[in-house]
Amino acid sequence: MTDHRSLHNLEIGFTGILGADGKPIGELPEFASNHKQLIALYRAMVLTRRLDEQAVALQRTGRLGTYASSLGQEAVGVGVAAAMNNNDVLLPSFREQGAQLVRGVTMVEILRYWGGDERGSCFEGPKEDFPAAIPVGSQFPHATGVALAMKLRNEARAAVVVGGDGSTSKGDFYEALNLAGVWQLPVVFVISNNQWAISVSRKKQTAAKTLAQKALAVGIAGEQVDGNDVIAVRFVVERALERARAGQGPSLIEALTYRLSDHTTADDATRYRPDEEVSARWKKEPVSRLRTYLTDLGAWTGKDEETLLNESTVQVEEAVTAYLATPLPQAGEMFDHLFESLPSDLENQRKQVEELSREKTDA
Amino acid sequence: MAVNILMPALSPTMEEGKLAKWLMKEGDEVSSGDVIAEIETDKATMEIEAVDEGVLSKILIAEGTEGVKVNTPIAVIGENAGDTEAEGGAAPATEPEAAPVETSPVETAPTAEPAAILADPEIPEGTEMVSMTVRQALGEAMAEEMRADDAVFLMGEEVAQYQGAYKISQGLLDEFGDKRVIDTPITEHGFTGIAVGAAFGGLKPIVEFMTFNFAMQAMDHLLNSAAKTLYMSGGQMGASMVFRGANGAAARVGAQHSQDYTAWFAQIPGLKVVAPHSAADAKGLLKAAIRDPNPVIFLENEILYGQQFDVPKLDDWVVPIGKAKIVRPGNDVTIVSFSIGMTYALEAAEQLAADGVSAEVIDLRSLRPMDIPTVVESVKKTNRCVVVEEGWPVCSIGSEVAAQVMTQAFDYLDAPVARVSGKDVPMPYAANLEKLALPNVNDVIEAVKSVVYL
Repeated sequence: MTDHRSLHNLEIGFTGILGADGKPIGELPEFASNHKQLIALYRAMVLTRRLDEQAVALQRTGRLGTYASSLGQEAVGVGVAAAMNNNDVLLPSFREQGAQLVRGVTMVEILRYWGGDERGSCFEGPKEDFPAAIPVGSQFPHATGVALAMKLRNEARAAVVVGGDGSTSKGDFYEALNLAGVWQLPVVFVISNNQWAISVSRKKQTAAKTLAQKALAVGIAGEQVDGNDVIAVRFVVERALERARAGQGPSLIEALTYRLSDHTTADDATRYRPDEEVSARWKKEPVSRLRTYLTDLGAWTGKDEETLLNESTVQVEEAVTAYLATPLPQAGEMFDHLFESLPSDLENQRKQVEELSREKTDA
Repeated sequence: MAVNILMPALSPTMEEGKLAKWLMKEGDEVSSGDVIAEIETDKATMEIEAVDEGVLSKILIAEGTEGVKVNTPIAVIGENAGDTEAEGGAAPATEPEAAPVETSPVETAPTAEPAAILADPEIPEGTEMVSMTVRQALGEAMAEEMRADDAVFLMGEEVAQYQGAYKISQGLLDEFGDKRVIDTPITEHGFTGIAVGAAFGGLKPIVEFMTFNFAMQAMDHLLNSAAKTLYMSGGQMGASMVFRGANGAAARVGAQHSQDYTAWFAQIPGLKVVAPHSAADAKGLLKAAIRDPNPVIFLENEILYGQQFDVPKLDDWVVPIGKAKIVRPGNDVTIVSFSIGMTYALEAAEQLAADGVSAEVIDLRSLRPMDIPTVVESVKKTNRCVVVEEGWPVCSIGSEVAAQVMTQAFDYLDAPVARVSGKDVPMPYAANLEKLALPNVNDVIEAVKSVVYL
């Protein structure tokens, strides 16, 4: 006969602090009593949304490559980055521009990268942060590796990695999670569950009821958070980071959100997603939620809003102008950064390319 | 009738072992299935059981003897005590077909210009040479680099507690502890990605693939993460990392475990690829790889692990990546090879010398970057070229060398470049077919004869 033993309580914690209507439904964390900090979160979300809008517009007019907007998911990126210390390391997927902005990556760099220029991933600001991972899920083992380096050097800092719901079906995710658990590494895995991996819905991704419960299989902490509640995201990620830095092991956080945009500018989500679902989700989006809360507190006025929108527009426009003014890379630059220093056979190839390109220009 | 008991092989690639213990003594009655002795290799211990009935009439190899060659008679079982003559005499049974070791052609070369192994220009004159196996050389290289740099660590399956599946990491756990010699679960994709992350996080990982066949699980991280991140981050993220392990055919391990990936990796911009033959190069190149600020694929060969070579006794013996070596000078034909292919190339050169053909043998050692100038200079002298490798022929290292020689030395060639490679099939499991699928000395000799029109 089968002997049933209880090894785990299959209980997954869920944290939500602000309701969809902007009214508190849970206990507010300490930082929320500082309105300046909440306003900073709000401003970052608004700026992210403005950048996304402008980036999509640039793509539509042929001035930017394929772009993945984070519309509706701004609270995940902003909340995650706000929870991090400067010397922690962020390993983003390709929809974390909100997190990158908070970390100090510039809008020009972000646009330059999506405009098809590797130089955009050489950050002036957070030098240790990774470039956006385009191969789905490859960032998870990298994060475990960064955390391994931190642990071997006895550093009290942590790695934070963000991926989508689709990436949890990859071997990278499981293998990285498993070893982070075995070695008790300082890493926080954040899944930005936006319900859709291009056209594959969350239900078709896995039969597991939650993505957070995958943590139980590898023996690490796992929980869910309302990913449209920036206060809640910052709160749970901060808590997980404190555990990680204190040597108490890794965590998996599933942030429940929704992709209000297409997957990328190369996608048309209306082909596979009912409009009613999207319009229902608009009622839960993160930006107006925090604005309502701040307004109710008396910490935010219509004039503040108008000023912020104007400022954001100007900031984004300045970045766009600087991005569009970026000189094209020279022909020989395709050999840059291939190796720490270029082997002689490639040096010859570079010279040939440069000569050919000069001849072409002269002709 | 007396029967010889022979030194058995614990694995297809075992060449010798230690006779650890006799569990019976001369004069003891032996029944089929009795355990009579224990033998050890650096990988395993095995009991020898008697197959025949009789009396253990003579012990030929004393307990504790090291380096007993496979198939050497170790004892005689006779009908009576004192029977010591096995049928056909006590002559050793057929010698195992050991892979040929590096030859010293000086004594036998009959050509007008006596061929001599070129003095290695990297070794100062008068340097003491120490004989060691490729296995020991690789282990020493890692230990020396780990002593010199705290950021260097080793990770892989069975590298710590078990001392390495092929014992390359013997002793490292004891010296450096489990923080720097890390056993992983069977998770190649995971630990390769983790090594990449750790490298960008400031450490210098050495990843051991038990064999490169298992690196196939990790190709995404090797090709997309390791090779490209420096490039794709506009120069922000580059780092040292070494991915090493046995590559190519071992013996009798089937199609999925007998593959040479040299040409695959050599095609990838952003990787450096090294495949040494001798212990001296194995040591010097591994030290160079560990220090190199780029990702390096370091391809070893299981058959070569147990072979002995002279290694210079120097405090810091480092062989630069990207430089070929003329191992044997000659005038009539250039034979280009690397890794285990060098054993065929050198033996062929030796036999060809007897026929009056003077072959220059070049060990490429590095496949990316590849030292084509050394090959081209040689071909300008010999006017003929044969490339030898164990991998498949299509889009191979031989293809690249042939194309480069054709492009850069076309007017010097007196014959088309010939290629000797493995057959274009998955490695057969059947021993006779496996032998046929691999290149051999005779293939090289025939290829040379075809280009010198003999």
